[in-house]
Amino acid sequence: MTAAESGVFRAQYEALTQDGTGPGWLGALRRDGFAHFASRGFPGPREEAWRHTNVAPIARATFALPEPGRTVPAERLSRLDFGGAFTGWEIVFVDGHFSRELSSPSGAEGVRIGSLADALRDEPERLRPHLARLAPPDDTDPFRGLNAALLEDGGFIELAPGVAPTAPVHLIFFSTGDAGRPTVTHPRTLVVAGGGSHATVVETYAGAEGGAYLTNAVTEIVVEAGARVDHYKLQRESEGAFHVSTLAVELGRDATFSDHNVCVGGALVRQHVEARFAGQGGDCALFGLFVGDGAQHHDTRTLVDHAVPHCTSRELYKGILGGRSRGVFHGKVLVRQDAQKTNAYQANQNLLLSKEALVNSTPALEIHADDVKCKHGSTTGQLDPLALFYLRSRGIGEDAARSLLTYAFASDLVSRITVQPVRVALEAFLHHRLPAAPQEAVA
Amino acid sequence: MLEIRGLRARVGGNEILKGLDLTVNAGEVHAVMGPNGSGKSTLAHVLAGRPGYEVTGGSVTYRGRDLLALSPEERAREGVFLAFQYPVEIPGVSNVYFLKAALNAVRKHRGEPELDAMDFLALVKEKAKVVDIDESLVKRPVNEGFSGGEKKRNEIFQMAILDPALAILDETDSGLDIDALRVVAGGVNQLRSKDRAMIVVTHYQRLLNFIVPDRVHVLMDGRIARSGDKDLALELESKGYEWLEGQVAAR
Ligand SMILES: Nc1ncnc2c1ncn2[C@@H]1O[C@H](COP(=O)(O)OP(=O)(O)O)[C@@H](O)[C@H]1O
Ligand SMILES: [Mg+2]
Repeated sequence: MTAAESGVFRAQYEALTQDGTGPGWLGALRRDGFAHFASRGFPGPREEAWRHTNVAPIARATFALPEPGRTVPAERLSRLDFGGAFTGWEIVFVDGHFSRELSSPSGAEGVRIGSLADALRDEPERLRPHLARLAPPDDTDPFRGLNAALLEDGGFIELAPGVAPTAPVHLIFFSTGDAGRPTVTHPRTLVVAGGGSHATVVETYAGAEGGAYLTNAVTEIVVEAGARVDHYKLQRESEGAFHVSTLAVELGRDATFSDHNVCVGGALVRQHVEARFAGQGGDCALFGLFVGDGAQHHDTRTLVDHAVPHCTSRELYKGILGGRSRGVFHGKVLVRQDAQKTNAYQANQNLLLSKEALVNSTPALEIHADDVKCKHGSTTGQLDPLALFYLRSRGIGEDAARSLLTYAFASDLVSRITVQPVRVALEAFLHHRLPAAPQEAVA
Repeated sequence: MLEIRGLRARVGGNEILKGLDLTVNAGEVHAVMGPNGSGKSTLAHVLAGRPGYEVTGGSVTYRGRDLLALSPEERAREGVFLAFQYPVEIPGVSNVYFLKAALNAVRKHRGEPELDAMDFLALVKEKAKVVDIDESLVKRPVNEGFSGGEKKRNEIFQMAILDPALAILDETDSGLDIDALRVVAGGVNQLRSKDRAMIVVTHYQRLLNFIVPDRVHVLMDGRIARSGDKDLALELESKGYEWLEGQVAAR
């Protein structure tokens, strides 16, 4: 066991399990999670699932618990909440804890939006059927076990059957961690969309500039029969941050789920996205954009589990890699024996902007049924020299032409984002990251 | 306007242009004809500055300046325009955005103020008429999913917007039916002016019924094999390129 495992994590685990509050099932979950974590420790580079992502910097770090009572600078928060352009409910977590002052009043008829900590205290029975059901502690990903052991707070969103609030929900997780003293949080979010309901949920992960910290987040989303959830995740962590996360989704009969994963921040990032069809007629769309520069490392692993027949899944991940950055995409579509009439599409496209940038792409289909339509593909390339010449031959400078084409590469993903402030923020980010790029929407 | 002397160029390791001479004055329209593979597009791309097209000898003087010393974008800003034989599809960039960026780059270079969105759209409306281009095409991503004819119209539309001093049209006629050809040629004719020179590259004489050239040159094996007036094109049409090929071989 390393110093990190025996240090802050064990101390926090002991504090949480010994304080005697909380329901018994939660204690059992914590014990199970910590046992999974402690028995195997952090994954090593020789493990197949972690081959391309070395978490030694996390294993080596000595984390501290965040000091209580810190806050987000107002100016910073206003940038994270889209400069006030966001019209939904906003829930802010600072260093892993719900901030009542920074959050807007939440909820409406049939819509429960709040903090997991409040729900654990006041009505744990509402959480019990679902918490850690889709993302239980397991042996391949010890971070998940650690989250189960140490979870304290996060979003809890519950929609009654048939409810369709027009406003989206925005969860902001902000870490104040400073460079000299890396901190760690384990945000845990649960979304339960009752039958026929419709929710839009945006998660933003960010931190203080120059901050060193680990975010170890798990989000579970239950989309019940005929319901629809559109989920956005904006990973905008600080430059020095570690970010490890799991998104686990279950789609009931005729349920619809879309995910838009925007991964641009952090130093070392590993994301798991898992969607499982539990009823026929489900429709799942996974979109992702990772943009790396400098020495950033972005690794996303997706799994679409066609466990039942007659479901459709589409997946498109794009990577833009500059500097010495590295991108990893591992996407698996699993079509189980019973899942006839499955329609599954998966693609990963990457754009390398420099010679030192690197991407590992492994799309994988595992098909055990015979009457299915499945397609997958992966491409990695540079900007098209002929397109570049075409733009330049019209008077557009080389840098501007490069930026324009890079922006264009991402544009189909950007244009799929229907929550306008989110789209505008992403456009602004891309313009900022691609300095000579256009100052207005392109297509 | 343009003076090409002894131009030699290599593409992919092969010498394609082998000492080409051509002079075009302002107000003139020159046709460059020649069999497939004779180097017409290579000449067009060399003039536009395509990377990888290596000039190994000769000179190109444009309005008194060494054209070959300029980057592709500088050439465009100085008024050189190439209508591509195979216009490039650029998914994700709308035609209108692309054109506005291009026009404003050119205007900035000329010391003119950038056009705002309103003025630009007015210009688009006006110039769309020149080639009868559907305005919905203007909003779509550059050339993406355009038919062959729409792509060619789009090239001439871009030319009309950018208002170049030297326009090189590379087989703008190929792949057009007779009606489209009429429209495109009509657009080109509207853009003829005493300040503008045009080089019209074509494989067939057909286009020259609509765009009547001041001079006709036949490019063969990387050189101008014959120059003449518009009747040369008719002679070529009746006798075929073999007629000249024999003469070139005999040289
Ligand atoms: N990118 C290239 N790489 C190698 N050879 C090329 C390339 N482009 C053109 N060529 C060759 O150069 C010659 C002239 O081509 P081109 O200029 O396109 O002729 P034209 O336009 O007259 O039909 C041909 O033999 C062609 O195969
Ligand atoms: Mg050609």
